[in-house]
Amino acid sequence: MSEDFVLQLKNIRKEYPGVTALKNVSLEIKEGEILGLIGENGAGKSTLIKTCSGAVIPTSGKIIVGGKEHTHMSPQLARENGIAIIYQEFNNVRELSAAENLFLGNPIRKGIVIDRKAMEREAEKAFAQLNINIDPKALVGDLTVGYQQMIEIAKAIQQDAKVLIMDEPSAPLTNAEVDSLYKVCELLKSKGVSIIYISHKLEEIFRLSSRIVVLRDGEYIDTLQTAESNVDELIRLMVGRELKDTFPPRPPAEGEPEVFFEARNVSGNGNKKVNLKIHKGEVLGLGGLVGAGRTELAQMIFGAVHKTEGEFFLKGKEINPKSPREAIDLGIALVPEDRKRHGALLGVSVKNNINMPIYKLISKFSVINSSKESVTTEKYRQELLIKTPTIHQEVKNLSGGNQQKVILGKWLAANSELIILDEPTRGIDVGAKFEIYKLINTLVENGKTVLLISSEMEELMGMSDRIIVFCEGRITGELKKEEFEQHLILKMASDVQEDEE
Amino acid sequence: MKDIVIARLKKSAIWVVLLLLVVVFTAANPRFLSMNNLFTVARQVSMYGIASIGMTFVILIAGIDLSTGSIITIVNVMCAYLMVNMGFGMVEAVTLSLFLAVLIGTLNGMLISTIGIPAIIATFATQTIFAGIAYLLCGGTPIYGFDPRFKVIGQGYVGPVPVPVIIMILCFALGSFILNKTYFGRYFYAVGGNEEAAELSGIRVGRIKYLIYALSGLFAGLAGIVMLSRTNSAQPTAGLGYEFDVITCVVLGGVSIVGGFGKISGVIAGVLIIGVLTNGMVLLNVSNYTQMVVKGIVLILAVGFDTLQKKRSIG
Ligand SMILES: Nc1ncnc2c1ncn2[C@@H]1O[C@H](COP(=O)(O)OP(=O)(O)OP(=O)(O)O)[C@@H](O)[C@H]1O
Ligand SMILES: [Mg+2]
Repeated sequence: MSEDFVLQLKNIRKEYPGVTALKNVSLEIKEGEILGLIGENGAGKSTLIKTCSGAVIPTSGKIIVGGKEHTHMSPQLARENGIAIIYQEFNNVRELSAAENLFLGNPIRKGIVIDRKAMEREAEKAFAQLNINIDPKALVGDLTVGYQQMIEIAKAIQQDAKVLIMDEPSAPLTNAEVDSLYKVCELLKSKGVSIIYISHKLEEIFRLSSRIVVLRDGEYIDTLQTAESNVDELIRLMVGRELKDTFPPRPPAEGEPEVFFEARNVSGNGNKKVNLKIHKGEVLGLGGLVGAGRTELAQMIFGAVHKTEGEFFLKGKEINPKSPREAIDLGIALVPEDRKRHGALLGVSVKNNINMPIYKLISKFSVINSSKESVTTEKYRQELLIKTPTIHQEVKNLSGGNQQKVILGKWLAANSELIILDEPTRGIDVGAKFEIYKLINTLVENGKTVLLISSEMEELMGMSDRIIVFCEGRITGELKKEEFEQHLILKMASDVQEDEE
Repeated sequence: MKDIVIARLKKSAIWVVLLLLVVVFTAANPRFLSMNNLFTVARQVSMYGIASIGMTFVILIAGIDLSTGSIITIVNVMCAYLMVNMGFGMVEAVTLSLFLAVLIGTLNGMLISTIGIPAIIATFATQTIFAGIAYLLCGGTPIYGFDPRFKVIGQGYVGPVPVPVIIMILCFALGSFILNKTYFGRYFYAVGGNEEAAELSGIRVGRIKYLIYALSGLFAGLAGIVMLSRTNSAQPTAGLGYEFDVITCVVLGGVSIVGGFGKISGVIAGVLIIGVLTNGMVLLNVSNYTQMVVKGIVLILAVGFDTLQKKRSIG
């Protein structure tokens, strides 16, 4: 009977010091099937799929592939059996070309020299096969994350993958890129490739998969036929309780709005003459496509990149932060978009991460008040439901979503007045998302001001009081709450203008 | 369960190595384990120990300081020159030379942080420069004839314990205090782990680098003073090659060369291993050149172990 399955995991258990990441989880996938794998942050999804490549060695359990039973896999064995994984935070070599990345590890050679021409030719073919338009000569570092992702997929196909496993592939992608990801997945499925697809975005799961496996707290919960299931059921199984509203209601801001922050004619970092006002106690949403200049504006406000022109005003006073430290001392916080590079200190404990911006404040003669340090950490661990065995755990050992929560906690602890959130819920599960939305509301109720950058349309419209849309470094529109409409925002976001000068 | 045991073992591996060395040398020559000899070992490593504190900080932020040896030399020569040729008192001379050491460290910090020269090149250049200046200052000949009280620092005893060993222990305590109890320690680990993220967490990475290289200069200077007092004369090549041994101690002690990871307790073990190894080999009449070979191999083993470990945890 196991002949039907191309890959079977049986009773996989994985223990880490202090955590049991997987408790006897089983899963199997048929040929040409797309299997959705869902669960909350820290449920064990990434750990489970890592056992298929040997990146994680199970404490017990069996992996059946190619008619053979294994107690654990190795990268070599995985390749021989056509198993390819695109990790949650994948890495490719930014200094190499697309073609070179594609053949990383087994380049085409002519004698002992690398045959670049042939690699570029083959790469072109591989990309064409997937209907993606990438110049094989382009440096990977210059491509968008979406294209980098596609290269990873092409690499897997190149290695003749029969089972392709993708861990939150859509998290860093724009909507258009997600569409081409769908197409690629369907194309592969029709060629008989089996796909395990992990995502926190349930609409993707419904769109692609035929069956769904749900994990919770390292345990196998259920397998569902996608056609017979619905969002509510999935959420209930994942979270273990009902979740009603997606966006918690917030009373509208009262009284005459007071301008809290203002940018006047700000240029630099790709932006041109940006003018905007943020009112005290409001959530201002910034909409636009990836690369429209929103993150770039945030970096300038936070002092990480210097503006070349224009002024910033905070509470009516001109400010000119030259470093993040100065911005933090002015009461500004930035939760950055790229959590691995900019957000978390991966090799440092949860406790130290959360307290990093406030260490000076909780120190006397530079000696840290360690009880305050722990109290703050515990507070945000509970508020944000950060899943970690202890606060001394290094952040790199947390699941992707929990790392994001640690970064959020760090900036909440800093108790800033203006909080810039750049894609705050990327990679975060539905339950925790709701908690974060509630938190944004609490912030606003406590008089804080929030600048929310989000590429998720529902989130942007659900959480903002006002939306300003960016396109190619300029502001192309502004919408009040009652004017919010998806197609309006999209139109403004793609409003390409000619340079006036 | 097995994982936990293995993790424990890895952490204490260096102490096991130290113990093994002690057992081997004692078996070869029972005199090794005498109280007297153990204090000799401690005294011999005291200068490595003192200088290793600064080097630990430097390596923690993924830097390197090759000027340690030269700072030791110039502090030797400068302090002696001030006392002998210029008639300065002991305290003034020591203070001024330590100040010079901090200044050189700060210069390293400037080259690395403000100008952006890679640490290995910047400190290599200052190494050459100050080795040269030290030589010029003393005209290539040793300076001696100090106030007899100056000897206490390097040769004195409190009860059975040599004064330099006490200074070393105080330095270890201070280093451990800075790393564990002050926010500077947290900053060092953060900068070593990810400079960009550290900056975005509000750490002024540039200033931290200045501070760290200045501290590295200070601890090297202190080691230089101890050395001057021990040898009672300033040699124009006093600290030649010292940085090599100090780096070996630190890396052996488990401070990761890629930054962000390491503890003073490990460094203490590293320092002791180098001390025991050197002393043991002397007792066994191993030639100087053979000793060099052995130490080089030890450095490769230490770094190799660290690198393999990293690779495995990424895979
Ligand atoms: N190397 C490790 N050391 C210790 N604990 C770990 C390690 N790797 C994972 N864990 C723990 O195992 C659990 C499962 O993590 P995993 O990354 O599989 O979650 P996930 O389902 O992928 O979550 P997310 O949606 O946030 O990515 C988490 O509690 C995590 O903290
Ligand atoms: Mg994951």
